[in-house]
Amino acid sequence: MSLLHIAILSPFIFAIFIPFFYKGFKSIHTGWFTLILPIVLFLYFLQFLPKVGGGSSVIETISWIPSLNIDFTVKVDGLSLLFALLITGIGSLVTLYSIYYLSKEKEQLNTFYVYLLLFMGAMLGVVLSDNLIVLYTFWEFTSFSSFFLIGYWFDREKSRYGAQKSMLITVFGGLSLLGGIILLYIMTGTFRISEMLANVDAIVNHALFIPAMIFILLGAFTKSAQFPFHIWLPDAMEAPTPVSAYLHSATMVKAGIYLVARVSPIFALDQSGLWIWLVGGIGIITLFWGSFNAIKQTDLKAILAFSTISQLGLIMSLLGVGAAALHYDYLDDNIFMVAIIAAVFHLINHATFKGSLFMVVGIIDHETGTRDIRRLGGLMQIMPITFTIAFIGAFSMAGIPPFNGFLSKEMFFTGMVRVLQMDIFHLETLGFLFPLIAWVASVFTFVYSMIVVWKTFAGKYQPDKLSKKAHEAPLGMLISPVILVSLVIIFGLFPNLLSDTIIAPAAQSIMPQFIFDDIHISHWHGWKSPELYMTIGVIVIGALLYLTAAKWKRVYRLFPEKLTFNKLYDALLPSLETGSNLFIRSHMTGFLRSYLAYIFIFFIGILGYTIWSKDAFTINRANTAEIGIYEIVLALLIVIGCVTIIFAKSRLTSIIALGAVGYTVSLFFVIFRAPDLALTQLVIETISVALFLLAFYHLPKKFRHEESRRFKLNNALISIAVGVIVALIAISSYSTKLFDSISKYYVEHTYDPAGGENMVNVILVDFRGFDTLFEISVLSIAGLGIYGLIKLRMTRRKEG
Amino acid sequence: MKSSDVILQTTSKIVFFVILLFAIHLFFEGHYRPGGGFVGGLVTAGAIVLFLLAFDIKTVSILLPFDYKWVTAIGLLISILTAAGSIVFNVPFFTHTYDHFHLPLIGETSLHTAALFDLGVYLVVVGVTMTIIQTIGESE
Repeated sequence: MSLLHIAILSPFIFAIFIPFFYKGFKSIHTGWFTLILPIVLFLYFLQFLPKVGGGSSVIETISWIPSLNIDFTVKVDGLSLLFALLITGIGSLVTLYSIYYLSKEKEQLNTFYVYLLLFMGAMLGVVLSDNLIVLYTFWEFTSFSSFFLIGYWFDREKSRYGAQKSMLITVFGGLSLLGGIILLYIMTGTFRISEMLANVDAIVNHALFIPAMIFILLGAFTKSAQFPFHIWLPDAMEAPTPVSAYLHSATMVKAGIYLVARVSPIFALDQSGLWIWLVGGIGIITLFWGSFNAIKQTDLKAILAFSTISQLGLIMSLLGVGAAALHYDYLDDNIFMVAIIAAVFHLINHATFKGSLFMVVGIIDHETGTRDIRRLGGLMQIMPITFTIAFIGAFSMAGIPPFNGFLSKEMFFTGMVRVLQMDIFHLETLGFLFPLIAWVASVFTFVYSMIVVWKTFAGKYQPDKLSKKAHEAPLGMLISPVILVSLVIIFGLFPNLLSDTIIAPAAQSIMPQFIFDDIHISHWHGWKSPELYMTIGVIVIGALLYLTAAKWKRVYRLFPEKLTFNKLYDALLPSLETGSNLFIRSHMTGFLRSYLAYIFIFFIGILGYTIWSKDAFTINRANTAEIGIYEIVLALLIVIGCVTIIFAKSRLTSIIALGAVGYTVSLFFVIFRAPDLALTQLVIETISVALFLLAFYHLPKKFRHEESRRFKLNNALISIAVGVIVALIAISSYSTKLFDSISKYYVEHTYDPAGGENMVNVILVDFRGFDTLFEISVLSIAGLGIYGLIKLRMTRRKEG
Repeated sequence: MKSSDVILQTTSKIVFFVILLFAIHLFFEGHYRPGGGFVGGLVTAGAIVLFLLAFDIKTVSILLPFDYKWVTAIGLLISILTAAGSIVFNVPFFTHTYDHFHLPLIGETSLHTAALFDLGVYLVVVGVTMTIIQTIGESE
């Protein structure tokens, strides 16, 4: 157990003590205790920077289930460290923010911080695990803790709906991820990612390569809210705002991105182009769809949710397009590498500006009582600090200089424009779609970023529409967003602060085949670069669209509400329910006769098919004995008895005929020389006929009317088929006697050493007395059962 | 139900012992001729049923004051102890043994542990059959 393992598990351990802090120190907000942990962890992870920046990685292993190749292996490389710093850094800020956001008096703080710590630990586990099974375990932990956090206000129906929806979708993805992991294990025989990388050639040419890729991508896409699995994210906005800021903008939704980046060295080598088209294509569709739908929203959090979807799509598409670099020469100046760097850079930038924007929305909600942009406006003078934060965050999101969003957006355009130079996997013909959609989506991004700022802070202040009197937020609430927007500006002005310390090592882990040592992010590309004109176009067209929004917003009405994926999801759940109900009702009739029919039909089907397919029917008359007159007479008697049972009009006749059949059977035992059986059969038949008569006598009057059995063709066919099958099997098995009987042994050993002369009895009590022991047990249970049934029924009736 | 079936009652008093003797005969013959604990038990139960038919449940339960559930339990116990007894002698479960003994009164006899097991079977069969018949007979 190394310090790294303790670091991952510490949030889980710490979570145990949270309730004690909550109960023990009522006067202190529980968040202050919680805050210690992420800060310590952040500082701890910072010390890895020089080591990882130098290109090496740290690996620690403890044994978990060694017999199944599952060990808790932790690996810190550039990518893991980037995510770990994001998780702990933003985790600290969010905890600090939540101390001021959540009221000590009104909320159940202990559960909140327990869930939050569970989530933090799980997320650290996801990004630091090198063993895929361990990664999957933590992956599901994030799903669960996110479920708890979304449903934090569990008395609201919308919270429960959102929590259920996110749970169903992410667990669906999680399970398919598990499938992908298992396929990878089949291909390589290891769960360790680093060992898989060593074996990558065997995976690429394996038949299971494509299925494994699709399964893993399903897991990543559902977690990262990619099209069409994005529908859970807007509904997850029912969670408290710190949760939305932390989980649904900065960390959990990036777990899918992390996964894609992590398995990129394996799957990006794919020779069919599926990886580029799936990751890049779905990413760019998500980018467009998210930004297009964000404009339609009137709730600030919903706008930010769709914006998150769209930005995640952006990062995803960069990862997909960046994979193309592997299909070209391995030179240092590979022009397609820029996409990977852009993805890493934007990942950081998005976490900073989106986190601050969510916190701003939380402040507005907290101080005005609403998040609806139709009721907000004119808050610029009232909340100047909040406005500044929102301004910087939104302009960074829109991609306007000098903020960091501008830089990563520029690099994004560079990456997309360079797709035009690719000549593989149909990218030479359809590749133009990437820069085109990217540009259109960026225009929409600009428009909704402007909506977030100006609709909220500009315009006229309408105090009558607000439930509270608006005022500036308390200082404590402002600390976290201020830190985040400071980072937005710092990264914007000095982007190369990050390039060597964290971006290069992270990109290195995504594409180990290349050397990323000289990354230089610059503001100015010169007049010749198309990115400049694209950005200018975004600003000009975006501004125009924003100003004329009232006119063209009717576009959204063209798109029928019924065709959205939300409606599909909402229809799917009840229809699955009714469908399974219908299915169950269609065959679970509740009638014993139907179930008997199923059992017999399967019996006929399986046995009949086996006889037919194995060609098993044989007749061999070598073993058959002479048929005497007695046998024929008795057989006739039995047949008459059976026919009488079936066709008798009265039940009494049937009972008597059944008795006759039983006695004839005992006569058979007599002529086949089985005196013990004959004796027992006679007595037992007498008792059972007496019991039948008893049952008959106690039939209710209503059902005693004598009526012959109704004829049903199905039943007749089934019964005939069963009879025929059994007869065929009996004849065939008698005709193919493979071995001699073992009865010779019994004959020889009955007197010596068993000490008896009646072989049947000696077998029953001596050779195979075990069976008899349990048969008398069966008999005792039956007797006690009857006793219990009758006696207990009577007492219960008395009570009722 | 007080009946005045004098003939039935008188004959059943005689026949009861004949049947009982036959049942005991079947039981002891079991190891050498057709018969054994199972049939012996059933026939014994048949004798008691004859009494039930001739008299009534109350009278019979005074004549034969057994709780048949106990009879069943004792039968099971005898069987399983007989089977388990072999473990004491360090031989596998359910190993029977027999030998010839010189007993007072009867003389030279062979005794077999299988007979003890069969006694268990006999008691279980009597107990179960009588439990069933008595329970059904008493229920209304």
